[in-house]
Amino acid sequence: QAKYKERGTVLAEDQLAQMSKQLDMFKTNLEEFASKHKQEIRKNPEFRVQFQDMCATIGVDPLASGKGFWSEMLGVGDFYYELGVQIIEVCLALKHRNGGLITLEELHQQVLKGRGKFAQDVSQDDLLRAIKKLKVLGNGFGIIPVGGTFLIQSVPAELNMDHTVVLQLAEKKGFVTVSEIKSSLKWETERAKQVLEHLLKEGMAWLDEQAPEEPQYWLPALFTELYSQEITPEEAKEAIP
Amino acid sequence: MASGREERALPSRSATRRGNMAAAPRAPPGGAGRPRAVADAPGGCGRGTAAAARGGDAGGPAARRAPQRREEKVKFDSGVLLLSTHRLIWRDQKNHERCIAVPLSQIVFIEEQSSGIGKSAKIVVHLHPASSNKEPGPFQSSKYSYIKLSFKEHGQIEFYRRLSEEMTQRRWESMPTGQAMQVNKDTQAGRIRAVGIVGIERKLEEKRKETDKNISEAFEDLSKLMEKAKEMVELSKSIANKIKEKQGDITEDETIRFKSYLLSMGIANPVTRETYGSGTQYHMQLAKQLAGILQTPLEERGGIMSLTEVYCLVNRARGLELLSPEDLVNACKMLESLKLPIRLRIFDSGVMVIELQSHNEEEMVASALETVSEKGSLTADEFAKLVGMSVLLAKERLLLAEKMGHLCRDDSVEGLRFYPNLFLTQS
Repeated sequence: QAKYKERGTVLAEDQLAQMSKQLDMFKTNLEEFASKHKQEIRKNPEFRVQFQDMCATIGVDPLASGKGFWSEMLGVGDFYYELGVQIIEVCLALKHRNGGLITLEELHQQVLKGRGKFAQDVSQDDLLRAIKKLKVLGNGFGIIPVGGTFLIQSVPAELNMDHTVVLQLAEKKGFVTVSEIKSSLKWETERAKQVLEHLLKEGMAWLDEQAPEEPQYWLPALFTELYSQEITPEEAKEAIP
Repeated sequence: MASGREERALPSRSATRRGNMAAAPRAPPGGAGRPRAVADAPGGCGRGTAAAARGGDAGGPAARRAPQRREEKVKFDSGVLLLSTHRLIWRDQKNHERCIAVPLSQIVFIEEQSSGIGKSAKIVVHLHPASSNKEPGPFQSSKYSYIKLSFKEHGQIEFYRRLSEEMTQRRWESMPTGQAMQVNKDTQAGRIRAVGIVGIERKLEEKRKETDKNISEAFEDLSKLMEKAKEMVELSKSIANKIKEKQGDITEDETIRFKSYLLSMGIANPVTRETYGSGTQYHMQLAKQLAGILQTPLEERGGIMSLTEVYCLVNRARGLELLSPEDLVNACKMLESLKLPIRLRIFDSGVMVIELQSHNEEEMVASALETVSEKGSLTADEFAKLVGMSVLLAKERLLLAEKMGHLCRDDSVEGLRFYPNLFLTQS
C-alpha cells in the first residue's frame, strides 16, 4: 500500500539511504586501513593518541560502543575496555590503603604488573581514556589534575573544588597542614579543617598528630614508598567480583 | 695512563645521574683498576643503567616486528657510564675500584632505543668479535654481538650524541695510549670483518627507514580515513536537522535505522543528545543476553551487583568483543521496558546497580537494621564484612536505611558510623 509521504520525510529517507550507502563504503575503507595499520594502533601509543585526537576533532567517539566499526575492525575497543577492567580491579584492591585515590603513576605501574611481561604496552594516555569511559558506570571514577600529573578517584565520594585544590596543595610533599592551606589559599581555619576532615573520613587522608609543629594530613595515594608494593592475595580477592 | 698524549675524558654539561652499564662480553676491561685519566676528568658524560647484554643477530630479518631473541641481563647495575676519547667505561657507583670498559675501536655501530612503557631508553652497541689477544675480563667470550646500555635515569640522548661524535672522529687512532689496550692489532683481519659488519649496518639502516616510512604512511592513511569519517558526521547532522524540522513525520523504523548508523560510526545522536544508539536493536539484544548471564551471579551475591562489577564480570567472561561501558549502561536502561527479570537502579549517590526483580532493597534494609542493632553500631566496612557484601553496596544499603529513617549517622573523623534511629523507635 503506497502511502503518500510528506516531502520532508521523503528527503529524510533519501538521505538515510545515502547514509547507508556511504556507511558501507566507509566500512570498506576502514577495513582496508585496518588490514594495513591495525598493528600500528596496537603497538604504538603515539599513534593511538593521534587517532583518538583526530576522532575527537571530527566528532566521532571510537570507544562509544563495542559494536561500532572502529572497535570491531581496529580492535581499539577491546584494548580499552579490557584496560577498564584492569583499572577497576587495581583500584578496588588498593582502595582500603588509599581511600579510593591513586596517582596515575602508581595505577600505571600496578596495571602493567597485572598485565604481565608479554602483554601489550599501555601508556598513561591510554589509562586516562579508559577511565573517562568508565565514568558512565556511575561508581565515581574521576580524574583530578594535581601538580603536572593526575589523581584518579575510584569511589563515589564527593570531592568538590575545595577538596581538589587541597589535594593539589598536598601533592608537593605528600602532606599538608592547616597553616599551609591558610597561607597558600587564604582560607579561614574552619574551611580548611572541614576539607581535611572530609578527606580523613573518606580514608583519603591520614592524620599525623605527632608531627613537630602541627598535625600533618598525609595522602596515602602519594606515598611513593608504597608504589612498588605488590597487591596482596587478600587485596586481589577483594578486587574480583 | 701512558705518558705523552693521553686519552681524554670528555666533560659533560648535563647533570649526571645514576645509572648502570652492562658487561661487555667481548671487550677487554680497561686495565686493572681505575683508569687514571678518566678519574681525573670533570665528570662522566651521562650515566645509564645497563641491562641486557647479549642479544641475537642484530642484522636479522628485516621483519618489522620480529620478536626479540632472549637477552641476558648482567648484574652491572647502579653505575656511572663514562666516555673518553678511547673507551667506554662503566664504574660501579659505590665501589669505584670496580669497573669495566670497552675500547671504542671495538664498536661497529651504535643505535638508540627510545624509552617506552616500563622500559628505559637504551643505547645498543654492536661490537666486533673479540680478538685473540683480548685482555682478561669478566667475560672471556660470548656468542652475542652486541651489548645494551640501559639509562634508567635518563642521560641517554646526550650520551648518544657524544658517543656518536667520538665514533665519527675516531681520535683513538691518532692518539695512541701506549697501553696494550687496543684490541684489533690485526688490521688485516679487521678489514675483512668490516665487510660483514657493513652488511649488518646497512640492514639496520634499512629497517629504521622502513619503520619511519610505515609510520608516516599510517598517518597519511589515517588522515584520509578521517576525512571520510568527517563526511559521515556532516551527513548525520543534516539528517538530524531534517528530523527535527519534521518532528513526528519520521517513522520509528527510520529512527531505529538512523540510531544504528550513529552507533556504528560512534557519532553522538544529534537529535536527542542521548548516549549513542540507546534503543537500538543491538542494545535490546544485549539486554536480553544480560538477563540470562546475570541471573546466577546475582543470586550468588544476594540479588544485587554494582554496574562496575557487572562490567568486569561480563567482559571477563567474553574475552573478546567486549562491551563498552556505554553499551552496558544503554542495555541496562532497557531492562525495565523489556520486562526482564533484572533491573537497573540508580542510588542518590549516582551509584548504579543491577537487581533481581525479586530483590527488594527496602526489605533488606529491615534486616540491615537488625544487624546494626545487634552490634550497637556499624560502619560500612564493618557491615560489609559481616554480611559478605562489597563495601560500596553495603554503604548504599546503610544510606538507604538512613533515608528511610531506620538508622542515623555519627559522622566523625573516625569514619561514618550508623546507629539504630532511637528517635524513631523510642519516642
